[in-house]
Amino acid sequence: MTTSMTTASTEPTPSPTGPRAAGTTTPPRARTAAPTRRKRRPHTPLNPRPSIPLTLVTGLVLLYTLLPLAWLLINATKDQKGLLDSFGLWFADDTHFWDNISRTLTYDDGVFVRWLLNTLLYVAAGAGGATVLAVLGGYALAKYDFPGRKAVFAVVIGAVAVPGTALAVPTFLMFSNMGLTNTPWAVIIPSLVSPFGLYLMWVFAAEAVPTELLEAARIDGSGEVRTFFTIALPLLVPGTVTVLLFSMVATWNNYFLPLIMIKDPDWYPLTLGLNAWNAQAQTAGGEAVFDLIITGSLLTIVPIVAVFLLLQRYWQSGLAAGSVKE
Amino acid sequence: MTLLSTSAQAAPPPRRQARFRLRKEALVGWGFAGPFVAVFGLVFLAPIGYALYLSLFQDRLIGGTSFVGLDNYGEALTDPRFWDGLVRVGLFLLVQVPVMLGIALLAALAIDSGRLYGKTFFRVTIFLPYAVPAVVAGLIWGFMYGTQFGLVGNINDALGVSLPDPLSPSLVLASIGNIVTWEFVGYNMLIFYSALKVVPRSLYEAAAIDGAGEWRVVRSVKLPAIRSALVIATIFSIIGSFQLFNEPSILQKLAPNAITSDFTPNLYTYSLSFSGQQHNYAATVAIVMGVLTAIIAYAVQLRGMRKG
Repeated sequence: MTTSMTTASTEPTPSPTGPRAAGTTTPPRARTAAPTRRKRRPHTPLNPRPSIPLTLVTGLVLLYTLLPLAWLLINATKDQKGLLDSFGLWFADDTHFWDNISRTLTYDDGVFVRWLLNTLLYVAAGAGGATVLAVLGGYALAKYDFPGRKAVFAVVIGAVAVPGTALAVPTFLMFSNMGLTNTPWAVIIPSLVSPFGLYLMWVFAAEAVPTELLEAARIDGSGEVRTFFTIALPLLVPGTVTVLLFSMVATWNNYFLPLIMIKDPDWYPLTLGLNAWNAQAQTAGGEAVFDLIITGSLLTIVPIVAVFLLLQRYWQSGLAAGSVKE
Repeated sequence: MTLLSTSAQAAPPPRRQARFRLRKEALVGWGFAGPFVAVFGLVFLAPIGYALYLSLFQDRLIGGTSFVGLDNYGEALTDPRFWDGLVRVGLFLLVQVPVMLGIALLAALAIDSGRLYGKTFFRVTIFLPYAVPAVVAGLIWGFMYGTQFGLVGNINDALGVSLPDPLSPSLVLASIGNIVTWEFVGYNMLIFYSALKVVPRSLYEAAAIDGAGEWRVVRSVKLPAIRSALVIATIFSIIGSFQLFNEPSILQKLAPNAITSDFTPNLYTYSLSFSGQQHNYAATVAIVMGVLTAIIAYAVQLRGMRKG
């Protein structure tokens, strides 16, 4: 919450100085405003002047970020022939964008839509469940002194250092013995645990929920569960959104876990499906569907990017509070 | 007011009541944390235990499964295929992680300095690739790397040059490093930026009054203030490097000669258990990697948290 406030107070600062630097667009205002400001508010770290060289240098990072995304967007408008014939960073003569999308969605009896629905299922159950567990657990670690609390924390933090993939083989064998492989459960159950989410919620709850408030509720006779839902949970919203988004990305983008757990293409998530299309193009006799892979990739990233952009105000404040402590 | 007086009255409670209170707190605490701990036990602790168990056995064609003690560990530690992969990710780690964190730190400092035009646009856009699945990132870059029909090929044709093939055996590790950097620069930038945001602004003012320039403020105020974020990002990056799997696995289909089935320890583990059916040995290699990763992550944490 501190962040949203500081963001609000620092963000307007560049705009009054903006016209002065970009003087050609609004010369009259710049001329009158510039001298007074120069006198009263010298250039300090607190009141910086936007810098063109710094913007250009950081712009290189921005360019690096955008280049592959631009490539994806441009090439999603081409058919196979266009992909081979035209320059990668410019459009072909004719656009096939809508045609590509409809073919991606209908190819192989609409298997892409099936994968999309699977992914949505994994995200809703896996990321949703992971968030619930992390919020409850983080709240407990922050606000209750129970025996074994320190052990729980130490083990969970230690687990972050254990490579997730190192667990893959034994998890696969275990799930195989339990008859869970090749079912959605094999993807959903491991997604339910997010040690990073628990850590984030623990730090966030410690700060965002004042213990006095909980004490007051207890004295007023509110049960612990009711206190949690009516008092703690509303205060935990920014942290919860942050954990939810990071779990959503992790589940939406998950590749390794479904790769080992799921053999039946009907249960593939999008990532595995795209990989299968790519593998199909490399095998002898397999139909090369590069245009569908590219359009499918675009369709795969659009929803998750949209969610991130729409909710960025909420999750960024949650993240900031989470990163304060060690 | 009422709040304060009541809690003051409750402060020296009788012993029995205090004990009851503690027991209740323990119950409620475990009630909230219990679901997480239960699932955690199932998907983290149980597989670790099972892997340890598996690593003590060998599955032979003749004689079936037999207990072999630490034989598998001896084999792993002298296995050149394992060591080659380990050296490869070690090299990757030494080059890619500093480059990625360096760029991320510079971007975070630039955005935090308030001296950028359109700083929100920068922050949001640079973070975007984090939302892109490794599979999609691998596919996009893989296609761009292509020397025949990819962007590299396009540039060769257009300019009449012949750029080196990014998917050739000698360059493929660097090409993977580029993909990983692209995916995680924004994520790390955001971690650093969030840490910078909560540095008290008054520190900058004080430094400015003392006559500190901008670089001096960065060096003496900002970097020490975000030390723990730097350590955490480094540890996560080290763990990520040792776990390297997705990107080489995707590129393997485009460059089968450059990326072997034992390219990284994780690829090796994967191919051992899923193409070779050597589950016991795969579990052993996974444990050795897990222990190595944990040791290095722990060492970095100890060094990083030490003052001075």
